[in-house]
Amino acid sequence: MGNMVKVGMADMNCCHAPDAITTLGLGSCVGVVLYDSNKKIAGLVHVMLPDSKKINNNENKAKFADTGIDEMIRQVVAAGASRMSLKAKIAGGAQMFAFNCENEMLRVGARNVEAVKAKLFSLRIPIVAEDTGKSYGRTIEFYPETDELLIKAVGKAVYKI
Amino acid sequence: MAELKLDSMDGVQYDVLREIGNIGAGNATTALASMLQVKVDMKVPKVALLDFQALPEILGGAENIIVGILLTLSGSIDGMMMFVMERDAAHSMVNMLMGQDVPLDAEFSEMEASALQEIGNIITGAYLSSLSDLTKMYINSSIPYIAIDMAGAILSVPAIEFGKIGDKALLIQTEFGEKATQVNGFFILIPTLKSYNSILTSLGL
Repeated sequence: MGNMVKVGMADMNCCHAPDAITTLGLGSCVGVVLYDSNKKIAGLVHVMLPDSKKINNNENKAKFADTGIDEMIRQVVAAGASRMSLKAKIAGGAQMFAFNCENEMLRVGARNVEAVKAKLFSLRIPIVAEDTGKSYGRTIEFYPETDELLIKAVGKAVYKI
Repeated sequence: MAELKLDSMDGVQYDVLREIGNIGAGNATTALASMLQVKVDMKVPKVALLDFQALPEILGGAENIIVGILLTLSGSIDGMMMFVMERDAAHSMVNMLMGQDVPLDAEFSEMEASALQEIGNIITGAYLSSLSDLTKMYINSSIPYIAIDMAGAILSVPAIEFGKIGDKALLIQTEFGEKATQVNGFFILIPTLKSYNSILTSLGL
């Protein structure tokens, strides 16, 4: 077993097999894993908001779907991954509180997921698996050795996608 | 008007915000104590400017399971108010309120979740009405929403709001009760930055 690299909220990092990479307690944020199966390198970015262009204070690239994914690609490629073989697995984007959706402020989970998918689509990075939406938090762990994304949620059995 | 800058708050501004927490949580704690008919103590409020990464740590780490009751605020103050408890404490309070003896590690029934929401509603109402009296500002709150989940996931909701203006969250946090009595938890007031300015201005700062 390798080490577990931790990624915080609005943060990003990379790892090589046998190490794994994790982020704890994803709520409305989205965890985006970009990985290269051949080189066994993976990057994880914990995205909080859909669009950097709508926000004035946007220096922290990891915070946004658009800049976060661009920067994540740059970092995994710098770590040795091949841009052309990058694939994605995504999780999170829950609606933590059961609001009736009149309040746009609270629908941010769904908007994060949409933004992440649109960004990956425009970059032609395939989404191999996803576990998004619903109403519960998730802890995720990605193992570049096997390309498995492990998902833990409260009151549910651990599962892999 | 005193412009509040997140990174350069002065001591007076911290003191005022702490006092707001004190008055609001004082009233809320009193309401809780009379509802449950037990004595509930309150700690000195903390006003903290935290990085997102540090946010879940105030509630026992990102994966700690908590019960969060959240209300959104509108009117003269925008933002969110949260009432947060450990799962055991939530069970014990519901047991007291409903005169039952359900094990502390059980799942919450619909009725119990509803009772928790109501506890949250009454005591956050007491918090907010004292804040409203103090500042002479009109505060409208939503109905209470409940989530029982990992602290990181629950706190992502207010964190995202703060994410729109910066990389830190400013919160007024007050702990009440004792772990031993199982009546304990936190009140967290999370106004938007603009609302912090309105609050300070209304108090003549």
